Amino acid sequence: MVKLIYRDKEWEVRPGITVKKAVEEVGLLIEAVIPVKDGKLITEDTVLKDGDVVKLIAVISGG
Amino acid sequence: MRCRKCGKEAVMNMRQHKLALCRDHYIEWFVERTEKTIRLYKMFRREDKILVAVSGGKDSLSLWDVLLRLGYKADGMYINLGIEHQGYSQVSLEKVKQFASAHPEAELHIVDIKALYGRSIPEFARESWRGQRVCALCGLVKRHEMNRLAIEGGYYAIATGHNLDDEAAALLGNVLRWQTGYLARQGPVLPSDYPGLARKVKPFCRMYERETAAYALLMGIDYIYDECPYAVGSTSIFYKNLLNQLERNSPGSKLSFYLSFLQAKEEGRVRFKEEEAPPLHACQRCGQPTTAPGYCAFCRLVYKPSKEEVEAALEGSTDVEFA
Ligand code: SF4
Ligand SMILES: [Zn+2]
Ligand SMILES: [Zn+2]
Repeated sequence: MVKLIYRDKEWEVRPGITVKKAVEEVGLLIEAVIPVKDGKLITEDTVLKDGDVVKLIAVISGG
Repeated sequence: MRCRKCGKEAVMNMRQHKLALCRDHYIEWFVERTEKTIRLYKMFRREDKILVAVSGGKDSLSLWDVLLRLGYKADGMYINLGIEHQGYSQVSLEKVKQFASAHPEAELHIVDIKALYGRSIPEFARESWRGQRVCALCGLVKRHEMNRLAIEGGYYAIATGHNLDDEAAALLGNVLRWQTGYLARQGPVLPSDYPGLARKVKPFCRMYERETAAYALLMGIDYIYDECPYAVGSTSIFYKNLLNQLERNSPGSKLSFYLSFLQAKEEGRVRFKEEEAPPLHACQRCGQPTTAPGYCAFCRLVYKPSKEEVEAALEGSTDVEFA
């Protein structure tokens, strides 16, 4: 499985789908996050592999 | 995805620009685009002294970084609001100090609200304001102090880290209520049209929030990730989410929403009448321009904080922007 981490939340999604698809499956938008894998920024077309851990950095701030 | 310039693995894809770039080319592109924005809107020249309003967040620290990288004379200003919740002020101050210590060519001014005026922002709020208006109070204090420091320090302009998402969200809010007065003034430059009033510029107004975040991450800028506790659930975040849903189905719509607004104003195709503001005069206490008779809104808040007077101070304040 692939693990997605966003703030204090965590999800598991199936491997073989793109980052964009995975992000949308957990109810987020790629426009509002930056996916980071092993400390590196990855683009949304990257296909996720079993065992991947992707951190989604929130980019929206308010005030 | 591959970098359009060199074919290496891309780290960022910007659908709105149909452009994917590797780390080095992204940084180069980002810095150049900021420089072009500064020139496009004639924000300031290389010899001008600029004061960057830094909060410790990704936008303002990235802005300070880019301006220094481009060789501008850019000093930083941090306002300690005294927000203890989740250690917000303390952590953000640390991030700013850390950045400043790595850039000895620039000066960092720290304004401590509680030390100067006896109360922190939450204490001011508890004392005399209804809870939900903390941001309005905070905005009033920040504007006053930024202006004071810019004038005292002889800075040509105050640069803030407002990005395209901030501007587009503000525009959406202003349009939804047809706030013609705000629409008349909203733009990348707020000129100094009265003595004692500092010029304000937004060099990141064409950069997506996602782009400023990527720059901070790629440059290893250590910024405060959790935002101010009072920003949670704000209308501007709600508008940003709406705009991102639009952006998802139509890449570039945020950018064209804002830029075509500016262009239509520039070309005179739309015209918004500025609200007829009562004439400005100098505050009797601090000397900053104000429309309120006697003391400005800030001085009323700080020196005569009875509930009625503070309410009156807000009514009398004309420089409240949609935030
Ligand atoms: S979110 Fe509100 S209280 Fe917090 S820094 Fe911004 S304006 Fe001030
Ligand atoms: Zn490249
Ligand atoms: Zn005053």
